[in-house]
Order: sequence, then C-alpha cells, then structure tokens
Amino acid sequence: MENQISDALRRNKEAGEQVKQVTVLSGKGGTGKTTLTASFAALASNIVVADCDVDAPDLHLLLQPQIMETQEFRGFKLAVIDKTKCIECGLCRDACRFDAIKDVFEVDTVLCEGCGVCVVVCPEKAIDLKERISGYAFISRTRYGTMSHARLKPSEATSGKLVTLVRQNASRIAEKENCELVLIDGPPGIGCPVIAAVTGVDVGLVVTEPTMSGIHDLERALQLLNHFHIQPLVCINMYDINRRNTEKIVQSCHENGVEVCGKIPFDPIVTEAMVAGKTIIEYSPQSAVSRGMETVWKGVLSALKK
Amino acid sequence: MIVSIASGKGGTGKTTVAVNMALSLKDTQLLDCDVEEPNAHLLLNPKINETRSVYVPVPRVNEELCDHCGKCSEFCERNAFFVSSEKILFFPELCNSCGGCVIVCPRKAITEEKRKIGTIKTGIARNVDLVYGELEVGEPMAVPIIREVKKHIESHKTTIIDSPPGTSCPVIESVYESDFCILVTEPTPFGLHDLKITVQVMEEMKVPCGVVVNRAGIGDRKLYDYCKDEGVSILLEIPFQRRIAELYSRGVPFSLEMPEWRTKFQTLFEEIKKRVNK
Repeated sequence: MENQISDALRRNKEAGEQVKQVTVLSGKGGTGKTTLTASFAALASNIVVADCDVDAPDLHLLLQPQIMETQEFRGFKLAVIDKTKCIECGLCRDACRFDAIKDVFEVDTVLCEGCGVCVVVCPEKAIDLKERISGYAFISRTRYGTMSHARLKPSEATSGKLVTLVRQNASRIAEKENCELVLIDGPPGIGCPVIAAVTGVDVGLVVTEPTMSGIHDLERALQLLNHFHIQPLVCINMYDINRRNTEKIVQSCHENGVEVCGKIPFDPIVTEAMVAGKTIIEYSPQSAVSRGMETVWKGVLSALKK
Repeated sequence: MIVSIASGKGGTGKTTVAVNMALSLKDTQLLDCDVEEPNAHLLLNPKINETRSVYVPVPRVNEELCDHCGKCSEFCERNAFFVSSEKILFFPELCNSCGGCVIVCPRKAITEEKRKIGTIKTGIARNVDLVYGELEVGEPMAVPIIREVKKHIESHKTTIIDSPPGTSCPVIESVYESDFCILVTEPTPFGLHDLKITVQVMEEMKVPCGVVVNRAGIGDRKLYDYCKDEGVSILLEIPFQRRIAELYSRGVPFSLEMPEWRTKFQTLFEEIKKRVNK
C-alpha cells in the first residue's frame, strides 16, 4: 500500500514537472522559423534548444554552439551485392519496388531504401544489408543554454529518424538539467521530418507570411497540428509586406478559433543581424522587430500555461 | 531536357524561378514536386483537367491465419510491425510499401491493400502544362507521390521540376535524372550555408548545377566569394525589389508584369542548354 501511494506520488510529481515542448513550424520555407527560434532562445531562460531541421540546419549560425558530445547516427541500411556469389538470375531486380537494382546487378545507392526484399529473394544469399553512418547528432553549449542538433549527410534519407534522435537528446538533457522547456526549430513542409518534429509537443507555433503561398501553406500546417491534436498558435512575419493578406490571415484564424499571437514587421535589420551572427534581440533590442518577437514569445508562454 | 530547381533553404524563390522560367519558354511542362506544400499552381492559376488519387500498397494481416511467428517484424527495417504471443499490430505510417512482409510470412497471412496518400492534378495555364502532387495532411511519405508526378515527364518537351526544400529523400527523388539543376539561394549566411550542402548533394548525384541569386543586394558578399572559389557559376541575379516581393505576395509571376524578365529567363535557359550539350 505504501508503495502504491509513493508510486502514485512519484507519477504525479513527474507529470507536474514534465518538460514542456514547443515546435516552431511553417509549412512554407523561409518565413523566419530559425530567426524566431534564435530570438526566443535569447528571451527565454532555462530551456534546451533543438534544431530539428536536420537537412539544412541554420540555427547554429546564430547560436554558435560549442560541441560537447557527438553521436554517430545510423539511418537505413543499404543493400550490397556480392558479385562473386551473384548468378544474375534477376529475382532481386523483379522484387525491388524502388528500381534500385541496376541491369548490371549493382545497387543504385540513391534509389535503395534498405528494405531487404532483395536479401530475402536471393537464392544464392549474395546480398546483405550493410549499416552506414547517415549523419551525426550533437549536444552543444551555447550562450543561451544547451542545444541539441544534428547534421544529416547530404543526400541521405531518414531525416525523420534523426529528428526523433535530436528530440530524445533534448528531452534527456532538459530532464537532467531541470529545464522547463524544449524549444524546437522545425523543418519546412508537412511530411515525415515535420511529423517527427511535432508529435507530442504542447504547442505548435506556425510562422507565416502574408503571401498567397504563405496563406496556403499555413492552412496545411494548421491541418497537420489539428490532425495530431496539438494546440496551434500563429504569428505573421513581415506582416507589412501585404497588409491586406495579413488581414485575411487574422480573419481566417479568428474564424477557426486559432490565436494569432503577434505580428512582426519587415526590416532589413534582420538580415544585418544574421550577417553579424547574432539574434535580433542582441543586435537591436529596441527595434520594432524585437518588440514584435517579444510579444509572440509571451503568447507562446501563456499558451503553454493553458 | 529536364531542368530541376532546388535549394537547401526554404523560401529562397524556387517556385518563383520555376514559374517565371516556364512562362518565358515554349513547349514547357512544369512539375511541382514539392508535394508537401505545392505552390506553383497559386501563381499560375491553371485550369485543372484531371485529378487522380495516389495509392500505396500496405499490408493487411489475416488474424485467423497469423500464428504470431514474428517473421514480419523481424524482417521489417522500418519497425512497422509489433508482434507478441497473442497479438500483431501494424503501424501504416512507418511502412514504406516494400512488400517484403508478404514474401516472408510463412502462413501467407499477409496480403496487400491500397491506401490513399495523396492526389495528382494536371492542368494548363497559358503556355505551361502543370502537374502537381499534394500529400494528404498527416501522411509522412512524399516520395511515392513525387514518383507519380515524374511519370508525366514528356521527353519532347522542356520539363521544369520545382523541387521541395531540403537535401534528403524528397529532393533526391525530384532531382534524380535531371540534365541540370538550378540552385536558388540568397546572399545571406543561411542561404550560403544551405547552398554549400546542396552543391554537395548535386556532386554526389552527378547532376551539373548553377546558381540563381535571389534578393541580390541584401546580406553580404560571402556567397559570391564561395561561388568564385568553388567554380560554381552564377547564372542569374534577381535583385531585391519591393515590386517583385509585392507581386509575389499577391500571387502574380513578376515576369508577366515586368516583361523584360522574360528575355532574362530565356537567356538563362539558353545558357543551361549550352552547358548540358557540352
């Protein structure tokens, strides 16, 4: 009985102390996810930052992490044909759904998905699946706290799997260091790596811009959050590029019960800060852009309390 | 000839370049392979002729035949099966439709059924044949839809492929077997960093490439230094102009309002043709 009570207490405590997670996403690329994430890192305290755009990570350019720990990442395997055993019967070629076995009985490394069907159908046991290093995950120190990030080797698959690893690392550190929040910079799109970056988070902040493409992609990003039952928040970056479209976004979010937690103006100063390798909060704390970002960040924090 | 448009970083102007180039040439088809967030149709407003669903085969387990031997889960590299002594679970979002589980099941308890993961639309806008795919929201795998979009390639036409951002599988699938790839970037640290990765991808894929600098005038000169040092050609620069940005925000391809750009995109294409024929 005593054990049961202490167990229940422990579970409660764990639930209460569970680290919150926020993902910054956008659907459309180039709307300012990374710029915003870096600014949030500057405004927040006691967080772990995770760069989950493992294809084209950029957050490190603003946060200049010092790598403390490097992990090898093994993604999907690759089929390798032993030419000395191969009798060129063609069964593997027929069975491969990815057209990855070339006419000369070599594996096309671009097309091979490492599924292993060729291994199973080969009557001569001439094919093996080989592991390979597809990238690296890093745990680093930055001036704003610990950062979890990664680098997928160019042209590798499995970015979703690496995103999951980056998030696991971030959560592990957050617990160890008693951090309150994991802040995740998401990849563009709505497919596999984005799904891996949003599943199970507390809030998804969609950064959009007042363009036709921005509006279209915002809609799909919101549908994605809805699909995975994640609380959505929206902010409009470069809102003054097209005020009419900004109005449309605000209106449509309002009608769908989605909160728009802030608007950030266009200002070339953002690029200047990027060139200087700084967050806009450090580079120009009094600018309208910085103030806009502060408002958005406050919106995120209050959404987390809901 | 197949020319694809790619960039590691999102939002650099791939779709802008793809659409304006397609509008400036004759006999062109534009394949929008950014099936997660297709945008070319927003700028082109095509008349849609055909809408077709894309399906992938996924396994279906006949529980009466299954004896929970676990061969399927042992085989499956994606861990899409969970088998215990009394039950078998299948996670469709992890499955990549390789069909291996059907082969390895000793009791023939697994068959395949089709599952819809997206839609392909074909249409016409002005002189451009447009084909684009749309991944269903919540579905993770873009690649099978990209493959379907690319089946529409007509060899007698000029094919322009608008690729998704990034450097992993959907990009590879889109750019694969292109004669040339235009890398669109912007002269900022993010733009340069992601361009470097994309150039490596092109080298690995052995696809010749050149750069279009969008929003020229912002940022710094490091992009230009890199291109010079690495021998990567800059084929065209599109300046940062409020007018271009504003037209884009309204969904108007800027070459329609600024006709001098049609000639520039034609020259860009002629230059690419010369490089491919070398």
